Amino acid sequence: MKTTDIAVIGAGPAGLSCAVEAARAGAQVTVLDENLKPGGQLFKQIHKFFGSREHKAGIRGFRIGQQLLEETEKLGVEVLLDAAVYGIYEDRLIAYITDGKDHTIKAKKIVMATGASENALAFPGCTLPGVMGAGAAQTMINVNRVLPGQKIIMVGSGNVGLIVSYQLMQAGADVLALIEAAPKIGGYGVHAAKIRRAGVQIYTSTTIKEVLGEEKVEGVIAVNLDEKWQQVTGTEKHFNADTVCLAVGLSPLTELAWMAGCEFTFIPSLGGHVPIHDRNMETTLKGIYIAGDITGVEEASSAMEEGRLAGVACAESLEYYDENKALELKNQIWDRLDALRTGPFGEGRFTAKLKQLDARRQLA
Amino acid sequence: MRVLNHPILGDETRQFNATIIVDGKQIQAIEGEPIAAALLSAGIKKFRETQKNHKPRGIFCAIGRCTDCVMTVDGVPNVRTCITPVRDGMIISTQKGLGKWGIER
Amino acid sequence: MTQKTGVIYQGFPSEDELSRIPGMPSEERIKKGSVACIECAQEIPCNPCEEACPYGAITVGKPITNLPKLDQDKCIGCGLCIAACPGLAIFVVNGSKEKAEVSFPFEYYPLPNKGDEMDCVDREGNMVVKGKVLRIVKPPKYDATAVITVEVPMEHLKTVRSIKRLGRSDR
Repeated sequence: MKTTDIAVIGAGPAGLSCAVEAARAGAQVTVLDENLKPGGQLFKQIHKFFGSREHKAGIRGFRIGQQLLEETEKLGVEVLLDAAVYGIYEDRLIAYITDGKDHTIKAKKIVMATGASENALAFPGCTLPGVMGAGAAQTMINVNRVLPGQKIIMVGSGNVGLIVSYQLMQAGADVLALIEAAPKIGGYGVHAAKIRRAGVQIYTSTTIKEVLGEEKVEGVIAVNLDEKWQQVTGTEKHFNADTVCLAVGLSPLTELAWMAGCEFTFIPSLGGHVPIHDRNMETTLKGIYIAGDITGVEEASSAMEEGRLAGVACAESLEYYDENKALELKNQIWDRLDALRTGPFGEGRFTAKLKQLDARRQLA
Repeated sequence: MRVLNHPILGDETRQFNATIIVDGKQIQAIEGEPIAAALLSAGIKKFRETQKNHKPRGIFCAIGRCTDCVMTVDGVPNVRTCITPVRDGMIISTQKGLGKWGIER
Repeated sequence: MTQKTGVIYQGFPSEDELSRIPGMPSEERIKKGSVACIECAQEIPCNPCEEACPYGAITVGKPITNLPKLDQDKCIGCGLCIAACPGLAIFVVNGSKEKAEVSFPFEYYPLPNKGDEMDCVDREGNMVVKGKVLRIVKPPKYDATAVITVEVPMEHLKTVRSIKRLGRSDR
């Protein structure tokens, strides 16, 4: 049977960062990803990242992805693609499928960095072709270089909705409007300002009443919401849209963690049920770690830091680092994570992550 | 529609080196790109019909999870087109309901 | 219904917000020559502007959620910060000549040409005035972000912040 020191499930920002960090310490690392290409959702991020120099701020996401891939290669990390992990069994035995065939790998440590998936939204017409996740549209334009439509209605004003609106315009589409059910804009003002000066109207306290069309999206009727989030009759607006993009949050992909038997806690602001972990990113199961959006939905920058943290912690527990060296590295990473979790947009996540760590302490 | 020029990504350099047949119609595509991308580039948005009510469905998640985009590819039903790469000569059909094995002529 | 103003309601900073943030130059400074306007009104974790400035005119410090502070006497209006800002929130204005000059980041395709008369827009994308493109700067260092400078009548120095995207049919 195939064996490895550390098996990382998911070759996105968290998984690759984890692999790089652990391999740098000297560990043998195998990354498994169900996709045919590594990088997760980093390669569709064509905007310059926020943060500071240590967070690779100012560098476009897809270039950070390229850098991570080069590092994994240089450090001799094994990356198994088309490897869909479907189960984690006793003694850290991982089962996966490649090219339709079953395989297993046994690891001393496992890091689950499985990411998140986009939420849907229910309204009449929500199943029509042309209604899709904003991230799906982003993949189409920035990775596959295909426009899903020409006249877009974006739903949701978080950073995903704002950034994807901007990128749809960069790819040549028109964004007819961005609508947001809450009374204010959720994402960064600077992202909103970019699309506003491109002429995109942002309608707050507004939702979709109905999407029109028989075989595909042929129009959108939006409607205002009152203070109790109820539709206000008579305020309907019609948009001649061919595509509706939903940017209404993400949910952690936690199936493997449930199946493995990790204990969970429920934190709505992190996307719902999330595995409990400690400051080493280790779950309630010894030797099984998590990193990135599976631990609670944030963004790529914090996913990369959590990945590094898990990588260092795994390397330490396999004695590739002594306690002091590991502590030094982990403290640096925690400082960088804390820096990303400050300010009006970060505080909520900081508090939520504290709650998650507290859940671990209460169990202990 | 293809994004041939892009302010950040630059010009498209890949070759249209594959032809796929979708419901009997030839479509130019790029070897290795997801089938769904090739279909969208040709303006095809409806990928299948639901079993009971024959309602149209298209791409939703683009990461292989939601299975809304499944089609019958080379006689195999329920292929997730958003993560299955194009190969030259593929025969693809709009899937009705749960689909059937074998290529419909 | 009156529209509430401010960045969280309208998606761009209001006059009032701009007057209170530490990234904006004074009227007097604008009249002396090129200077940066850092229209960053929310405390987000971000500081590439600080490092991009070769003159030490921008300070974020710690925590990195501090709003960037402009030292208007150190700033020479070189514009290196424009493309460095991931939020594309920095502009350079020059009020020292007969006509105002406004430089802004631009990441759409196609780009205009030098000398073109363009539809110049405000922070809401509304057409304000026609303006001549004086410069388009897009060195490799900017990583695909172009910095465009337009010339507009002086009264529009504080309102013009971009140009209409080219090749669009009017909506």
